Order: sequence, then structure tokens, then C-alpha cells
Amino acid sequence: MNFELDTEQDMLRATVRDLLSGAYDVESRNRVAESDLGWNRDVWKQLAELGVLGLPFAEEHGGMGAGPVEVMAVMTEIGRALAPEPVLDCVYLPGRLVAEVGTDAQRSDIIPRLSEGTALLAFAHDEPGSRWPHTEVATTAARDGDSWTLSGRKNPVLHGDCADTLIVSAKLPEGGIGLFVVDAGADGLTRTPYRTHDERRGAQVVLENVAATSLGEGADASTAIITAQVHAQAALCAETVGALDSSVQLTTSYLKQRKQFGVPLSMFQALTHRAADMYVLYELASSMSLYATMALADGIVDPTIASRAKLQVGRSARKIGQESVQMHGGIGVTAEHSIGHYLSRLTAIEHTLGTMDDHLRVLAGGVKDYELVEIAGM
Amino acid sequence: MNLKLTEEERAFRDELRTFFTTEIPADVRAKTASGTPLGKDDYVAVQRILHSRGLAVPNWPVEWGGQDWTPMQRNIWLSELQLASVPDPLPFNASMIGPVIAQFGSQEMKERFLPATANLDIWWCQGFSEPEAGSDLASLKTRAVRDGDDYIVNGQKTWTTLAQHADWIFCLVRTDPNAKKQAGISMLLFPMDTPGVTRRPIKLIDGGYEVNEVFFEDVRVPAENLVGEENTGWTQAKFLLGNERTGIARVGATKVKLARAKSFAAETRLGSGSLLDDPIFAARLAELENELLALELTQLRVVAGSADGKPNPASSLLKMRGSELQQAATELLVDIAGPDSLPAGEADIDSPDWARLTTPTYLNNRKVTIYGGSNEVQRSIIASSILGL
Repeated sequence: MNFELDTEQDMLRATVRDLLSGAYDVESRNRVAESDLGWNRDVWKQLAELGVLGLPFAEEHGGMGAGPVEVMAVMTEIGRALAPEPVLDCVYLPGRLVAEVGTDAQRSDIIPRLSEGTALLAFAHDEPGSRWPHTEVATTAARDGDSWTLSGRKNPVLHGDCADTLIVSAKLPEGGIGLFVVDAGADGLTRTPYRTHDERRGAQVVLENVAATSLGEGADASTAIITAQVHAQAALCAETVGALDSSVQLTTSYLKQRKQFGVPLSMFQALTHRAADMYVLYELASSMSLYATMALADGIVDPTIASRAKLQVGRSARKIGQESVQMHGGIGVTAEHSIGHYLSRLTAIEHTLGTMDDHLRVLAGGVKDYELVEIAGM
Repeated sequence: MNLKLTEEERAFRDELRTFFTTEIPADVRAKTASGTPLGKDDYVAVQRILHSRGLAVPNWPVEWGGQDWTPMQRNIWLSELQLASVPDPLPFNASMIGPVIAQFGSQEMKERFLPATANLDIWWCQGFSEPEAGSDLASLKTRAVRDGDDYIVNGQKTWTTLAQHADWIFCLVRTDPNAKKQAGISMLLFPMDTPGVTRRPIKLIDGGYEVNEVFFEDVRVPAENLVGEENTGWTQAKFLLGNERTGIARVGATKVKLARAKSFAAETRLGSGSLLDDPIFAARLAELENELLALELTQLRVVAGSADGKPNPASSLLKMRGSELQQAATELLVDIAGPDSLPAGEADIDSPDWARLTTPTYLNNRKVTIYGGSNEVQRSIIASSILGL
């Protein structure tokens, strides 16, 4: 058993950390967040040049052929720096669907461009009024010979504002859920971009008989969607752990600096004990994030493990996020300080791909199926 | 990164699992699983079986009966012990005084005590805490004054666990009253039947007797029973307490409790189904299981990353969370038992035995966040040694 990154993985992490910590401080991040795009194309280009964007894709498609552990390393740094670049939303998540479901031609067309940073995808799957995990979508796909048209509403589509191509899920005429490639500028497609509370971007997408190409052969893609979501949940857990590390560090250094009643806050045991609790929650979140990633690296794709990780990581994030702001006092609720932005991002992640209650519901539904709770794959 | 145990580790685990579930008396394991207090004979019998296979004191030096195991093997051993509901080797012997004598004792002292300690021929108790020296252990007042070849000990200890069974005590005493707190302390070993030693059992809220007050009145202890040098007792105490904290998470034991909780909940009628079908109960159970799994993974991270078995400050985390989850599991069992937990004494009534044991166990388990360095002390350790606060 080994929980450490190897030398190459550690180098990757250090490189991404250097790049992002050089690119972002509170001011530059706020500036970028104010821009229309909400993220920085120069940083994107550098991520592409480092191979970060192509990381999880096969070498034959211009990727780096790396695995979940490398993705975790990158996502942790994105979380640590609170970097707004949509690596998961526009590349890793939809890219995995293309890699798994797409035809050879689609893969060779799309994945090299994703890896180079020249193509941006978004996965349009969630629909108004539905919650994870949903196994059905209301958007329909209609077939006419070899061509398809889609109708329905998708929201939220994370980073659907900037994507040039959408991967859209829709109900197949013969049952099951198919995946489709849709040009973001296609006729009949209305896209309403918006800002999310964590200063990211999203869009609502309405499709009215929009021309679409099926991703792959048009078969049911439910399993591939679940697999992609399990990978994305692990990635979000890793991003959270990075953000939690920063939150704990910012808070402890604030406790040491900030004086009240003539002494640093760190002299008050009530506060140091709460900081200790934050540290404990951080380590528990790290452990579960590692579990989710390492299981995937061992070839175990198990939504239950993803739920376990996302539940614990969510619990840790909620508490650490709130405590961090509380211990910063008034400055914690201003946009001029980072700590509140971390809380906002953590809250957004909690509500993506299943809330804590959603995951607890999954786990509670399964308690009768086994006697002892055990680590899978050990 | 790799989550899997090696082939060798798996074989090791399977071998231990078989041994523990076939060679350790089933009645003792059943008592341990249900929280029924064990008798002295149970502890002695189990420890001797374990010791005969080199499984009682694996953390000791090999020449004194230890094993040259990796931290992962030690963790597997502990985990399998708990999963099989085998009582731990007596902690006062196996993880407290034994390692201290092996580390600090003279050759004569090692030969005299270590084999008997490993085999539980001597039952030790720990004379550390005093009425005014709990978490602030260095405030202890029990005095030892040199008189020729002996020390004369006067004072009082408290919370002396299972002292009613003990043959010998390892005792912290103040040998230099003028030195600063920690600097004037020594460790003495002496038999509990030495003239001047008296014990008073303290009844606990579960109705049982587990801890005692121990009084010393002009107790004469030969100077050869001093561990290491005079006034170095604090070093030995810190060494001992560091060992005490590792393995205190008791993840395996809590897993067994939760598995029992499931089976009892499945037998408890609720509406047209069982308590286990209730979504609120299932959610509470699932949450606990998940927290336990997060703790287990954290423990494995510490084990897999521990170099040379050096104490890791994260062991405070394991102690804190481990004790909280032990308590949460006992609390869950009490709540499953509900009204059946109320009858305490009588055997011939219709409340099942397990249900009537839940409240005493729950009440008794309030201790786990207090002993071994209270959880408040652990928070202070984390704040200072990990966060630098």
C-alpha cells in the first residue's frame, strides 16, 4: 500500500502549482473573474503546453496517456489556487465521453484539439428539475435516416457559455440514453450564458430540432455517462482537497497574524481547537479523495465509492469553509480576501454531481447489502 | 500510489484471521464482542495463546519475543485481532511497561521482567495519574525518598485500571522536589502486595469496577527497581504515552460494533418492517460507516507512510476520531435497544442480553475521549505541533 505520488507525478504537481500560483493572487483572480470569459486564455495555453489538458487521453490521440492519479494531482492544484480554468468541465469530463463512446474518427478529430487547448467542449446532461443521480433525461433524440435532431432543455451546463461543441445526452427512440455532438452555434439552439455564484460560468441550452451527430454508434451510453461522472466526482473531490488545504493554511496563518485584545488570535484556545478540528476534517477528506482516485487507478469504477468520497469531502468542505470565514471575522465575507471565494467554490462543488444528502441516500440504501464496511480492492 | 496489500500481506492477514478465529476461545471472543466484562483468567489465557505463537508483543525487540514486522504488518495484526473480537494483549504489559523496560531497563531488569511480562505471569498496572495530576501529569506529588538501598514511597495514585488484578505497578514518583516539574520524576517498579500499598476500587457509572485508587504509606522499594537513571522518569513516561496513543483508534472493533448494530436493527420490529428498513436509521448508520472508513484510510496513510515507526503527530487525529467513533457506535447500539436497554440487573426477563449491556457499555465508553490524553489535549497537540499555533 502506498499513498505517495511517484517522482513524475510529483513533478507534474509541482509544475502545475508553480504555474497557477504565479498566475493567480486575489487581485488577478478577481480581474479574470470580472472578464466575460471568466478565465484566462494565456493560462489555458500554458496548461496545454505542459500537457495538462491532454493528460488523461491516449497517446495515439495526442494525449499523455496518464491516469486518475495524475488527474487528481492537477485538480488538487486547481483547487488550491482557486484557478477558474475549466479543465474538468471543458476537457476532462466531456473528453472522457468522446474517448469512451466516440468513433475512431470522432476521437481523432476532437481529442487532439482538446489536448492542444483549441477545442472547448461542455457536457449538456443535467436538466431543470432533475437531481443526481437521474437515469432518465427528457431531452429527446429523433432519427431521420442517418441524421439526428434533438429537442429539450439543458441546465446547468457548466461552462456551456464558452464551449464550441456540446456533448448532449438525449433519450433514444428505442430507449436508453444516447450522446450527441452538437455545434454550439447550430440552428435552433439557444444558449443563455450566466455567471455562477462562485464566479464561474454556465449556460442554459434550449434545443429545438437541432441537428446533431451521434457520438459513437448511437447506442445506449448510460454506463459511459456513469463512468464519466464517477471520474468527475473523484476529480471534484481532489479539487476540494486542494481548496481545503488552502483554506486551512490561510486560516492558521491569519490566527497567527491577527491581534485582538493585544495578543494574536492563536493565543485563544477556543480558536486553536477549532483549527485542530479543521485539520482533522482536511485529513479525512484527503483520505477519501485518495480512495476514490486510487480505486479508479486500480480499474474499479464504483459509484458507491464516489458517493463515499463525495459525502466525506462535502462534510469537510462545509465545515472548513464556514469555520474559515468565521475565524477571519468581517474580512472573511469581503470579496477582497480569498477565503470567502473558497467557501463559494466549495459550496458550488458540493452541489455538483450530487449533494451530501444525495450521496448519503445512496449509501443508506445499500447498508443492508453487506455486514462490515470495507475498503474495496484492498 | 497503490491501494492493494501485497500478496505476502494478504497471506499474513489470512493466516492471522484463521488463527484468531480458531485458536482463541469462542466464549472469550463472544464476551469481547458483546462488551461483557472479561475476567482475569480470560485475559491471561488469551495472552498466553497469543504469546505461544509470537503474537502477544510484536512491537517488542525480537530478542524479547517481538517480531520484525513492518508497520503495515503490525496494523494488520491489530486490525485482525479486533475484527475477530480477540481481547488486546494486556496493554499495561504489552504496550506500556514492556517496551519501556526493553528500551530503558538494565540487562538484569530485562531478564527479570520481560519474559514474565510477555507471558502475563506478572499483571502490571499503571501508576501515573493522581487526583491533582490527570492531563497535567507532570504535577504529580507522590514522593520517593532514598533511604540506603531503598526508596520510601508516600502518596496516592488514581484511575489505576484493573489494579484489583495487578501483581506489580510501574509508578511515577517525584524524586527531586526542587527540580522543575518534569525534571524531578522517576519510574519505580514494585509489587502490589508490598507493605503500605492499599487499593480502593472506584465504582463507575456502568456499575462496574475497573479503576482504583492506590495509596502508598512508607512503601519500601529496593533501588534496583528504578527504571533507568533517577529523575529521568519523564522521558520514559513520554515514550510510554507515545506507544499508548498508537492503535487507540480501534477501527476494527468499531466495525464489529456497527455490524452488530445492523443485525440487531434487522431484528427490531418497526411498523411493518424492521428498524434497518427505516431511512433515518439507515442514514445514521451509513454516515457512521463512512466516517469509519475515512478514519481507516487515514490510519493506513499513517501506517504506510511511517518511517522507522517514529511517532507521527497525526496519531492525535487517530486517537480523537477513533474515540469519537467508538462512542458514536455505542450510542447507536443504545438507541437501537431503546426501552430494552432499561432493565439492568435481572436475567430472567424478556429484554435480550445484548440490549441490557448497551447502556453500561455506552456509559463506560465515555472514558475513551478522556483517557490516553483527553481529546482536548489531542486538539492542543494538533494545533501546536501540526498547525504551529
